[in-house]
Amino acid sequence: MHSNNGPDSNAGSPAQQCGDNHLLHRLYELQQKFQHIPKQAISELATELNLPISQVESVVDFYSFFHRIPRGRYDILFSNCTSCGDTAMMHTLCERLGVSPGVTREDGVVSIASTSCIGMCDQGAALLVNGRTITRLTKRRLEQIAEQIGTDTPVEDWPVEWFRVHDNVRKNGLLLGTAFEAGSGLQSAIHQGPEELLEEIVKSGLRGRGGAGFSTGMKWKFCRAATGDAHYVICNADEGEPGTFKDRILLTSHAHEVFEGMTLCGYIIGSHKGYLYLRGEYRYLLPELRAVLKRRHKAKLLGENILGKKGFNFDIEIIIGAGAYICGEESALIESMEQKRGVPRVRPPFPVTKGYLDQPTVVNNVETLAAAAQIAVHGSGWFNSHGSDKSDGSKILSISGDCATPGAYEYAFGVSIQRILDDCGAEHVQAVQVGGPSGTLIAPDEFERKLGFEDLATGGSFMIYGKDSDLLEVVRNFAHFFAHESCGFCTPCRVGTTLLKNSLDKITSGRGTKSDVDEMYRMATLVKRRSHCGLGQTAPNPILDALKRFPDVFESRLVHDSEFEPHFDLDAALEEARQISHRDDAEAHLV
Amino acid sequence: MSKKNNTTITIDGREIPFEEGQTIMDAALAADIYIPHLCHRPGLKPHGSCKLCTVEVNGRSASACTLPAASGQEVSNNTEALTEVRKTITQMLFVEGNHFCPSCEKTGDCTLQAVAYHLDMLDGHFPQFYPRREVDASHPGIVLDRDRCIMCELCVRASREVDGKDVFAIAGRGIDAKLIVNSESGKLADTDITTDDLAAHICPVGAILIKEHGYETPIGRRTFDLHTIADPGLEPVILRKGKHADEH
Repeated sequence: MHSNNGPDSNAGSPAQQCGDNHLLHRLYELQQKFQHIPKQAISELATELNLPISQVESVVDFYSFFHRIPRGRYDILFSNCTSCGDTAMMHTLCERLGVSPGVTREDGVVSIASTSCIGMCDQGAALLVNGRTITRLTKRRLEQIAEQIGTDTPVEDWPVEWFRVHDNVRKNGLLLGTAFEAGSGLQSAIHQGPEELLEEIVKSGLRGRGGAGFSTGMKWKFCRAATGDAHYVICNADEGEPGTFKDRILLTSHAHEVFEGMTLCGYIIGSHKGYLYLRGEYRYLLPELRAVLKRRHKAKLLGENILGKKGFNFDIEIIIGAGAYICGEESALIESMEQKRGVPRVRPPFPVTKGYLDQPTVVNNVETLAAAAQIAVHGSGWFNSHGSDKSDGSKILSISGDCATPGAYEYAFGVSIQRILDDCGAEHVQAVQVGGPSGTLIAPDEFERKLGFEDLATGGSFMIYGKDSDLLEVVRNFAHFFAHESCGFCTPCRVGTTLLKNSLDKITSGRGTKSDVDEMYRMATLVKRRSHCGLGQTAPNPILDALKRFPDVFESRLVHDSEFEPHFDLDAALEEARQISHRDDAEAHLV
Repeated sequence: MSKKNNTTITIDGREIPFEEGQTIMDAALAADIYIPHLCHRPGLKPHGSCKLCTVEVNGRSASACTLPAASGQEVSNNTEALTEVRKTITQMLFVEGNHFCPSCEKTGDCTLQAVAYHLDMLDGHFPQFYPRREVDASHPGIVLDRDRCIMCELCVRASREVDGKDVFAIAGRGIDAKLIVNSESGKLADTDITTDDLAAHICPVGAILIKEHGYETPIGRRTFDLHTIADPGLEPVILRKGKHADEH
């Protein structure tokens, strides 16, 4: 049985997909050049890459950063995340520049729209202009941006400091606080040999840092044991969970650890090729990441016969996404690497036996790979002497929202929510969204709960909502996010996330009733239980958590029976239907 | 490939055999047990997208069409709770598209309609989405009415796996996903599809219809006028479009 969906879409030969010729990269170039993907270019590209036209079209329509209708020469996307987004600012700039959200101005100069979280939650509000990130927006900065556009100044000539992204590391821990010498992990690996190092990784208790928490050592073991023509290592840097930005910091200031972790994994599982799948929102990191790869080549930490070890060959390539949260799901990420829509595959088979190009593949989170590199140097004991019972080591949190010092904080697992809130200066907290929208929304009476796989698992997002936050608006924001990001493959998620979004729109607008809430609960339960992948299975979490812990935020907006006055007499309106059907029995009446 | 039947699963308490490599759906169909499904068709690769075949396997939700059968699985299928789930999913499929059964040529031969009857679905329940979708009547022999498309991808797979072509694909994302065809113009007439293709006949709803063969079988004598969807062995009958349902 072969059961991954879209199995026969043409993945192209590996050579075709390399670097500049990857479909996503070619489409990015077209989008930059023409501000959209012209129809003519689609068929030319399909011919050149030897792909069906329909495959190229389906990819163009799947990813948020590709467009059929021209965007402005200045294409601005405001984050709509509750932490780094500011819709009011978007409308301000729209007014100032005479443009409606989502509609390119008639002269073709400017377009303004919103996009899902761009990972700048510690330095928002933030936007992307022609794919480049501007952080720490103020009213003044918006005016300056409008002036630059007014004078037709190319984005490359805008002041450099506008684009500066700070690390904002507020609390160092095991990973962020331990210096790493490039190559030290590989030396140790060659010294130990792959089997021994693998045992060390298993013993360390390291579990996937993306949130799901599968044992990293076991994943590598399964992949090593799987047979195939080639093995692959993929670093999942498609950090899309709203409120998460810790991978941004690791890729900015700890890229050596990440690449070394990938290389170590290659050494252990017998792979010669690794890919870093970088979210399109982090494209600004590309030049420096490529420079690091170059330096590693020069230092014999990549390429052939690494550190003089015969046959230890490994290379790393970077593939850049184009705006699709679902590609953070490992099998959707693989589909995207294979130049297709990012639709999660049916599992089993799992990527460890049948992943990229149907070959055994390890997909690991950025933080997981960085941790593996450090474990190779310092040993399993160094790692698992920290943390809690079932959660060894530490976790880097991306803290944002209503607190004094948002930024990255690293804690040993087992830390309480209250301790974290104290450290970042969060007072009068109404709720915390642990693990982002797909995680858990908790109330103050749960702030003694602990971070860890046994209690509150998290991929790193930690969003704080103060007493003045409108929680219902937050839940509505998340419902819109999931409806926008659903890939559309399975019915429960495709239709269900839109139904949930519509329910919340109705309730927040003050037109909802008790039965709307009951219906929403029923749908949320169905979507959570019956969806194909993790996106649908977690999309209803904010709704279900809020209904359980904060029922009043819904209740206070509902129209109640006593005040509910229908515009017309429903039973009288049915009279004509009764006459037509010659019925007058009880069931033909509304009581 | 197929080994001896030495292992079994139970479906609603009934023990049935399975062969290595079979899914729960395969085993169920072989034992004449009906598990509602729309995107599955024996002979094509399992897809697992419509979720009509959602079952509970040892208490966990799973798609029968993609989950490999494994010894000792206890499968719940025909339960009140699952019927409710499937009915809701069917209603979701109805409201996301534009389905007007009385004016659809496929009525009576439509699997979506038949499943809805089987599940006692009496209305769409949810507010209609009324999407705007394109009709493509460019092809001389085949019409593509996207209003009725349920994204099951049977045509996509039939064209690829059986016809050896690549006529159809799903483009876009989420609720905006849509069926497209593989030609520069985006029109069906400019693809290499013919009326002999399985892809031209496999549509479970009225999204892909053969032209000039409308209403050859009168209403009242169509497939699901004479059978219920749960009748065993219907798959070949469903595919005999434009022919009398009981004409063998």
